[in-house]
Amino acid sequence: MSTSAGQPSGERITGAQSLIRSMEYADVDVVFGIPGGAILPAYDPLMDSTKVRHILVRHEQAAGHAAEGYAAATGRVGVCMATSGPGATNLVTPIADAHMDSVPMVAITGQVPSSAIGTDAFQEADIRGITMPITKHNYLVTNPDEIPRAIAEAFYLASSGRPGPVLVDISKDALQAMTTFEWPTDISLPGYHPVTKPHSKQVREAARLILESKRPVLYVGGGVIRANASAQLRELAELTGLPVVTTLMARGAFPDSHPQHMGMPGMHGSVGAVGALQKSDLLVTLGARFDDRVTGKLSTFAPDATVIHADIDPAEIGKNRHADVPIVGDVGEVMTELIAALREEMAAGRQGDYEGWWVQLNRWRDTYPLGYDLPNDGSLSPQYVIERLGALSGPDAIMAAGVGQHQMWGAQFVKYEKPRTWLNSGGLGTMGYAVPAAMGAKVGMPGSVVWAIDGDGCFQMTNQELVTCAINDIPIKVALINNSSLGMVRQWQTLFYNERYSETDLHSHRLPDFVKLADAYGCHGLRCETPEEVDSVIEKALSINDAPVVIDFVVHRDAMVWPMVAAGTSNDDILVAREMAPSWDSEE
Amino acid sequence: MSRHTLSVLVEDKPGVLARVSSLFSRRGFNIESLAVGPTEVPEVSRMTIVVNVTGLPLEQVTKQLNKLVNVLKIVELDEANSVQRAIALVKVKADAGQRSSILEVVQLFRAKVVDVALDAVTIEVTGNDDKIEALLKLLEPYGIKELVRSGVIATSRGGRSISDRNLRPADRTA
Repeated sequence: MSTSAGQPSGERITGAQSLIRSMEYADVDVVFGIPGGAILPAYDPLMDSTKVRHILVRHEQAAGHAAEGYAAATGRVGVCMATSGPGATNLVTPIADAHMDSVPMVAITGQVPSSAIGTDAFQEADIRGITMPITKHNYLVTNPDEIPRAIAEAFYLASSGRPGPVLVDISKDALQAMTTFEWPTDISLPGYHPVTKPHSKQVREAARLILESKRPVLYVGGGVIRANASAQLRELAELTGLPVVTTLMARGAFPDSHPQHMGMPGMHGSVGAVGALQKSDLLVTLGARFDDRVTGKLSTFAPDATVIHADIDPAEIGKNRHADVPIVGDVGEVMTELIAALREEMAAGRQGDYEGWWVQLNRWRDTYPLGYDLPNDGSLSPQYVIERLGALSGPDAIMAAGVGQHQMWGAQFVKYEKPRTWLNSGGLGTMGYAVPAAMGAKVGMPGSVVWAIDGDGCFQMTNQELVTCAINDIPIKVALINNSSLGMVRQWQTLFYNERYSETDLHSHRLPDFVKLADAYGCHGLRCETPEEVDSVIEKALSINDAPVVIDFVVHRDAMVWPMVAAGTSNDDILVAREMAPSWDSEE
Repeated sequence: MSRHTLSVLVEDKPGVLARVSSLFSRRGFNIESLAVGPTEVPEVSRMTIVVNVTGLPLEQVTKQLNKLVNVLKIVELDEANSVQRAIALVKVKADAGQRSSILEVVQLFRAKVVDVALDAVTIEVTGNDDKIEALLKLLEPYGIKELVRSGVIATSRGGRSISDRNLRPADRTA
């Protein structure tokens, strides 16, 4: 048989062949997955495809996160595949993760034969029903003739508008039956019309407000990265002179080295960035969604600010915070039009004056820079490790983080200069994201250095994928920030539960031996226990490219992430360290 | 608490009812009634959803509904400018002595008796919710043995149709 792209013909092929051909037509170059009974027919023609590379992972959850990492690093649709029942349910976490973080992803699952659906057949799970609330859309295909259209629509939906995961569940009999292949030339989805072009009247109003405001800020979210709109953002920022804050999902959308960058806002944001939002009189919100981790107690968030909110998803606008100027559209197009409108205003002699604002912003930034205390016992500081990791790896390295303290330090102490170099699970907060996401990113960007910044808790959830990396020549690097604890939970226990450390001690300084574990998985295992070794061990890891590398950084366990806005409290009550509040008011 | 009637045009695809109803509960909205059936356009179904809103704005749920790929159009019908109807079947205890007074109530409401037994009558009533509630109040003293109510269906007053616009196929290619 031929799986090469050709014109539709009357050739009779199986549904499985039609699926693989559809994936080729959809331009899939890699799929992460595990075969099993119901999806098995698809794996036979997949073996012959010269275009689609399949990477056999060790757990379906990793297939999903790898697809996410691939998508986040490349901007292309990530693809994962699993069988029915447990294969499909193991994809639920990464699908939910992709849904929260707007990651373009297509998940393909086998389903029991259509005659068995609903009978509690072996390995049957209603994955379409299960994933309804966590997908952008999903399909159950039982007619082989419908496979190409379902796949074409799935890729179109996943990648257009607000990106997200789409699941296509295909019954085994549909994969086995004979059909003819016809790739749809047009997509007709009468209920789906993402608005990309912004309303010009709203854009002009936004331009007017920006120039009239005294304390404006560009509140930049992950949408700017998904929309590939970093260039427009930089132009907008430099044209107006506005301060920029980049949320956890937007790290890298604007260069950290840029003087207008105030850093990351939110629960663990810098005082400057939190203050820039909180004391603002105009939030220029670009592809951000007023997440509770950014706003703190919503009713006290940025109380004096008028809100411009640009987002491709109309349901985000006004969801958490009322938008005075709602702009539905592609954030790149919004910024392009906003720049044009601002230039017109400026040509007519209207200029913004933010001098007083910058005095205040600079005072916060100078008085409360991000920092950390080194432990007095000479043990290793996790923040220092992560800071050096970023500095030595350079601005082209891709960092994929797990979830917890190391994630926050990875967002704070690595300096990002480019979009798509910071990957993490922001919305769902999925521990175990880092290793498989790094694997997916490395597959998509084989020329880049890809680090997984992981914690010892997270790492033990998905580290089986090291073997996938070793076998498939995917030389990722893992910086294991091993504090022997579920560090962020422990931090909350320190602060809010009277230092009662209930079930957060992982004993990972004792077991497992991560260096041996790396070795067992065919990776290079390194260990680092003192500050003096940090640079040399990172350099060594950077020089190894024949296999994955794991560095076990044995770090001080009492380090905490600061600043912090405690959950449910106001951004006004941010602490720069324990019981240390910044003073907001200018004394100049 | 406010009560809203939404007319939702959807593609007649498997699972669409589950998508719509689960979205309401997931976003914290309470559906009071839901009726679904075919329309004058083949492959398009219409749902009439009566929803009680407390706290959260209705706009949020309609925006989320609009994001469902199978949802074609959503229109909120206000009571003054729409015709709203539901149907109820009420089985009322009625021995020979009570039957005539029950029939009097039935006539006043322009309802119908659709079944008679020795000890009960079954009444069919059509109208808006207020009318049905009013009838039930009058029937209650006789003893309601069984009550079945449909969801509300509704259409706007005047000559315009909900499907006049927006049901053309997408003018977009992949």
